[in-house]
Amino acid sequence: MAIQQDEKKPGLWARLNDNDIAYSFFHSPIAMAAAFVTALIVLSSFGAPLIAPFDPFDPAQISLWDGKKPPAWEVGGDPAYLLGTDNQGRDMLSTILYGGRISLLVGFASVFLGMFLGVALGVISGYVGGWFETLIMRLADIQLTIPGILTAILINGILRSVLPPELRDEMAIYVVILAIGLSDWPQFARVARGATLVEARKEYIQAARVIGLRPALVMARHIVPNVMRPVLVLATIGLALAIISEATLSFLGQGVPPTTPSLGTLIRVGNEYLFSGLWWITFFPAIALVVLVLAVNLLGDWLRDTLNPKLR
Amino acid sequence: MSLLEFKNMTVEFPTRRGVFTAVQDVSLSVDPGEILGVVGESGAGKSTIGNAVIGLLEPPGRLAGGEIYLKGSRIDNLDEDALRAIRGKRIGMIFQDPLTSLDPLQTVEQQLMETIQLHLKQSDEEARASAVSLLDRVGIPDPAIRIKQYPHQFSGGMRQRVVIALALCADPEVIIADEPTTALDVSIQAQILELMRELCRERSVGMILITHDMGVIADVTDRVAVMYRSRLVEEGPTEKILGDPDHDYTKSLISAVPRPDVRLARFPVVEYIESAGDRRDSIDVATHWLGAGQTESGGETMLRVEDLHVRFLTKFSFLKKNRIYLDAVDRVSFDIRQGEVFGLVGESGSGKSTIARAIAGLYKPAGGHIHFAGADLTEVRTESEMDRYRRQMQMIFQDPFSSLNPRMKVLDIVAEPIRFHGLASGGAETRQIVMDLLEHVGLGAEAARKYPHEFSGGQRQRISIARALATRPRFLICDEPTSALDVSIQAQILNLLKDLQAELGLTMLFISHDLPVIRQMCDRVGVMRHGKLLEVAETETLFESPQHEYSRHLLDLMPRLEVLSHELIAGLEMAD
Repeated sequence: MAIQQDEKKPGLWARLNDNDIAYSFFHSPIAMAAAFVTALIVLSSFGAPLIAPFDPFDPAQISLWDGKKPPAWEVGGDPAYLLGTDNQGRDMLSTILYGGRISLLVGFASVFLGMFLGVALGVISGYVGGWFETLIMRLADIQLTIPGILTAILINGILRSVLPPELRDEMAIYVVILAIGLSDWPQFARVARGATLVEARKEYIQAARVIGLRPALVMARHIVPNVMRPVLVLATIGLALAIISEATLSFLGQGVPPTTPSLGTLIRVGNEYLFSGLWWITFFPAIALVVLVLAVNLLGDWLRDTLNPKLR
Repeated sequence: MSLLEFKNMTVEFPTRRGVFTAVQDVSLSVDPGEILGVVGESGAGKSTIGNAVIGLLEPPGRLAGGEIYLKGSRIDNLDEDALRAIRGKRIGMIFQDPLTSLDPLQTVEQQLMETIQLHLKQSDEEARASAVSLLDRVGIPDPAIRIKQYPHQFSGGMRQRVVIALALCADPEVIIADEPTTALDVSIQAQILELMRELCRERSVGMILITHDMGVIADVTDRVAVMYRSRLVEEGPTEKILGDPDHDYTKSLISAVPRPDVRLARFPVVEYIESAGDRRDSIDVATHWLGAGQTESGGETMLRVEDLHVRFLTKFSFLKKNRIYLDAVDRVSFDIRQGEVFGLVGESGSGKSTIARAIAGLYKPAGGHIHFAGADLTEVRTESEMDRYRRQMQMIFQDPFSSLNPRMKVLDIVAEPIRFHGLASGGAETRQIVMDLLEHVGLGAEAARKYPHEFSGGQRQRISIARALATRPRFLICDEPTSALDVSIQAQILNLLKDLQAELGLTMLFISHDLPVIRQMCDRVGVMRHGKLLEVAETETLFESPQHEYSRHLLDLMPRLEVLSHELIAGLEMAD
């Protein structure tokens, strides 16, 4: 009694058109534009070693003589440096591409960390209930009363003071990821717990329990896949926030060091030269940051509207 | 001239996958004082008719053709303002769920007076007086006091009475009632139907009563229209349609309704409606996988429940003595013999589902014992020991739309118990067993590759049954397995359960609020009310000579496909 494999599979386009999410995507110009911009930034950032004209991390390619050059179209610009150079003579375009890579890396990694923690704690508290739920949810409430960026700064500060000085720069990026991720989890935990309370009452969960599945397996196999919809929406919007958080931390000098600059670090460095007329050092990274965050946010909004038709 | 008439009504819902015609070319009319029943299964378009008449089609629905006349004047081409003046004033509405039909933030008085004053020019005094007399008329005790209360302070039946009062407030000429009693228990349903009929006669209001329940149709309607796949297949006087239907669909629909008066070996199979199913090979237990490992015998009694007590915490306090509990199951004892189908019947809140869940281990009893296959389940301490009993005991749930994980393929859903209990020696054998099980529940092996949302309610219930069988159980708990299904599908599923029970020698605990279904399925029955087991008897004995007063009451209220004598019901005090 083998499965009949001769049933004709519909083509890719037909299947996409049949899928409600794909249909909504291809009929939303904003979503498509946002996805295109996000993809462009992600690809060019991660492909930076291939497409960037210079390697800003290679001291051999940097010359202080070339520092503070304006963009190529301005008076005194050098065609080799399309968007000009910063105070140390690094090519702005290359630095932004490499910096975007760090911003995105921190964004993705910290959202993933926050999501993992939040979903795990939220699903367990929703399913198990009792004192564990009370404890976790009160903790989340307390953390939500403090602005996320303050929590991140606090965690960041503690972690840095614990690290030996020689490791600080090297570990800075992981510290930032940890700080933002830890400041992020309460929102995920709340959403996941709410969805878990709804799902746990459904009969397929009871069926799984009647079969004999242990709570860990019920949660992992049955509840988590069914609470991921709202969580993913939150994660997309959270990605934009995490990128901003990283930029804020770096702008405040608490983030990644200037030797491996992220977009936030670049904006901070440029800020010092803004009133000397060297506007490009801060302007181009800021534009890159705004475009990236806007595109990700628009994608998140579209995803939310599509997955939660009640909000429309 | 008829009161309300529509000619050649067609309702369409344009979607991106093409235009869906929900109602096609339907012509009907209602006279003053008449109740017209519109009956059909889910998706037949019966509710759409009601919504179309009052201009409340859900977007993107539209009236694509036909004319609607109210007392001879055309209303389907009126604009929204003119329609609003008709809605509520000349055409009243009663919907299925009394909870969502009332505003929870306003007292009943505010809602009634607002509606009265909106449509009739009355002073506050007059409006209040008419509101009180309306509540009195719909049978709410102490109307002058209760009118000050909020909807949540009324029980389900009382709330539906308030909704009826609300529909009557503006003295409408026509009332459209969409499944008005579906959310109510049988005893309350009978009272509400009786009330609706009286009111129609007394005020010569025409009523369109939309329902899926043949019993309701038989009870109160004068004429019936039968809908099938968005078309009107038959229309005529109720006695004629129920007693001597012309159309094949009507015939099969009536034959599928479980009979309360006599027990049949099998339900008549309704080929007209869904051809799937019932083409299955019977299982030979001696050679089949499902029969393997069934050597152990638990003796004469499969399950013995002793003084079972389940309670729920309704108000928490840190002090133990201040905690308030609700006794959902109050010291119930019964036993189920090997190979028997034991029924539990009762109204909602009687505790029958709670018993099932306590037996299945979903609730922890506060007291009492559950002996299953020779062991006391309340004494079992380790999970691995419990697994032995879990394997032998499975459960089929009520709601086919929530009992399957929407993110898992049918193959994985049915294979889960096999994998968990290690009942197959590898992936290939597991697949083989799953396909075989799907064949046996009448679905076909290709179902394994699909997701639950690709199936109808009845098909999903078959998947649930396959999953329950996958542990090779000896004892099956069926908790209202067909109450969410259409009557034709119900007949198929019940037949399937009967066949499987006979072939596999299963013992069953069958829970239902539906007495005719109980009569067709069960060998012995227990009657429950308020957490207590009132009577246990052989099914035939119970139906022929019920001993307990409440059992007699339930049997009296059972809707029959012959017109009931209503003196009995009217004489009962409104215990609600």
